[in-house]
Amino acid sequence: MSETTTPETPASDAAVPQRRVSGVAIRLDGVTKHYPGQDRPAVDDVDLEIPAGETVMFVGPSGCGKTTLLKMLNRLIEPSGGRIHLDGEDVTDQDPDKLRRRIGYVIQAGGLFPHMTVATNIGLVPRMLGWDKPRTATRVDELLDLVGLDPAVYRDRYPRELSGGQQQRVGVARALAADPPVLLMDEPFGAVDPVTRLRLQDELLRIQEELGKTIVFVTHDFDEAVKLGDRIVVFDIGARVVQYDTPDAILASPAEEYVADFVGAGATLKQLTLTRVGDVELEQVTTAAVGTDAAAAVAAARAAGQDFVVVLDERGRPISWPTLAELGRATTVPATVDPRLPVVGVRSTLNDALDTMLAASQGGVVVTGRREALAGVLKVEAVMAAIRRSRAEVAG
Amino acid sequence: MWDYVLERRELIAFQAFQHVSLVVQCVLLGTVIALALAVLVYRSPAATALANGVSAVGLTIPAFALLGILLAPFGFGITPAVIAVTFYAALPVLRNAVVGLAGVDRSLVESARGIGMSRSAVLFRVELPLAWPVVLAGIRISTQMVMGIAAIAAYVLGPGLGGLIFSGLSRLGGANALNSTLVGTIAIVLLALVLDLLLVLAGRLTTPRGIRV
Ligand SMILES: Nc1ncnc2c1ncn2[C@@H]1O[C@H](COP(=O)(O)OP(=O)(O)OP(=O)(O)O)[C@@H](O)[C@H]1O
Ligand SMILES: [Mg+2]
Repeated sequence: MSETTTPETPASDAAVPQRRVSGVAIRLDGVTKHYPGQDRPAVDDVDLEIPAGETVMFVGPSGCGKTTLLKMLNRLIEPSGGRIHLDGEDVTDQDPDKLRRRIGYVIQAGGLFPHMTVATNIGLVPRMLGWDKPRTATRVDELLDLVGLDPAVYRDRYPRELSGGQQQRVGVARALAADPPVLLMDEPFGAVDPVTRLRLQDELLRIQEELGKTIVFVTHDFDEAVKLGDRIVVFDIGARVVQYDTPDAILASPAEEYVADFVGAGATLKQLTLTRVGDVELEQVTTAAVGTDAAAAVAAARAAGQDFVVVLDERGRPISWPTLAELGRATTVPATVDPRLPVVGVRSTLNDALDTMLAASQGGVVVTGRREALAGVLKVEAVMAAIRRSRAEVAG
Repeated sequence: MWDYVLERRELIAFQAFQHVSLVVQCVLLGTVIALALAVLVYRSPAATALANGVSAVGLTIPAFALLGILLAPFGFGITPAVIAVTFYAALPVLRNAVVGLAGVDRSLVESARGIGMSRSAVLFRVELPLAWPVVLAGIRISTQMVMGIAAIAAYVLGPGLGGLIFSGLSRLGGANALNSTLVGTIAIVLLALVLDLLLVLAGRLTTPRGIRV
């Protein structure tokens, strides 16, 4: 195995959080794809080892062979040469339909079937695997819950009755339906607006924290790669592996000038994409449950010297942050959901947090942790302080 | 004319029934044949072009000419009528089915393959359902067109309302000749409208809500 194709940083040193692993390792040996009528192979003799339970991001210029390589993993494209191993087992000659039922696949815009309901879409693979109806139905509800959609509301909708972000969530749910150890994603969040994209990324991080799948994710967006990836593979034409390492290591020492160009940005900006919201100390704020006494919440916030209250729904998820004046006008805490409430997950980067603040024209964001429960509030001042600290560290 | 209809209501009703029965059966048969052909050709551009050519040229063949040609091997009677009507019924369905299948988003087909559906599952669960509204539009065109063509089948002594029209035309000027022709024609137009309504209804019932326009 050559040096470039296994991760350079051993797992123990890497910033990979400890989590349950349900994924399996993937190994590529000299995988090649030569499209007929082209003089150069689109994928040229690639060796690559993807460790079990990690998210590996494929980045590289357009046309370098990322999609081709990804589709050879589930044999939507047949390799012209080389072997593919899943969990140590050579699957290069396995029945592709059987293989694909063990590998989740998500494409841009979800690839949902418009003539089937959300539940039918998600239940397709379990039904093909011979699950009975009640078991499939239970699983569908479980998955909708996992991707943050209320089953009672969305189960019987058709894809066109969903927003782009919701369709993408259903696409992820469908890919996870039969609990496959491996998930392949080809620019899944490429077609949604930036704010929705950040949310979907947070969601994927949260899901991955719970499930520990092996995820191979193709993206054009280096920030996305840094945020989501345990490791990043930087490709050049012909799917030549230029660098394969953790995001920190690639940012700290790009292997070639080409990678440095691709990475771009200065030290400050790197810090913004490398530091997670959860790494910064969050402000703890006064909270109030929907339907409780408004005056009591106002009094509690005053006592703590705060000028707003974060309202939580029955599952502990933040839904709005009224000022004390706004809340004082109501008798009980209202159940109104503020659609413009800026929210990021604890695994979001400081970059995301700043983006979200700017998009909402607010000086702070609400931060959520597991199952979208409130983790705290991050103010713009705290972000700035974190940047100043790390710049001082860099300067020595 | 009303008296004419009342006098012969049993004969007219019988011929109307035969006419509709001929058309419905031929459209069904034609649809099955057209779908099978479309499934065979739609993945190959060359075969698709050939199929489109056949359906375009086929529709320009005059019905009389085709019936005349069919007389030689099959003689007078129901066989040449069924063959000719089915032939014309299949053509618009073939064209629409090819267009409909080719119009299914490739990324959906890939998505279906990607989650492990077999080739035939993709065809029956994804491609045909998505192409169905277009195919159904073709079936409606077929039915309308073939209602008229089935009348011409009376020329080879096929069943249906064509008998009334032809017997009227052959003795124009004679008693009730005009009535006979008019009644045959009007009955065909009315029945065509009824069939079309039924097809629209069938379309509502068989098109999933997710792709209804
Ligand atoms: N079906 C095909 N037939 C012939 N050539 C193809 C086919 N698919 C891709 N290619 C070629 O193979 C090369 C790699 O394509 P691929 O789609 O894998 O690139 P990519 O890295 O995914 O690019 P992008 O970032 O733009 O999606 C390109 O030069 C492309 O033109
Ligand atoms: Mg691509």
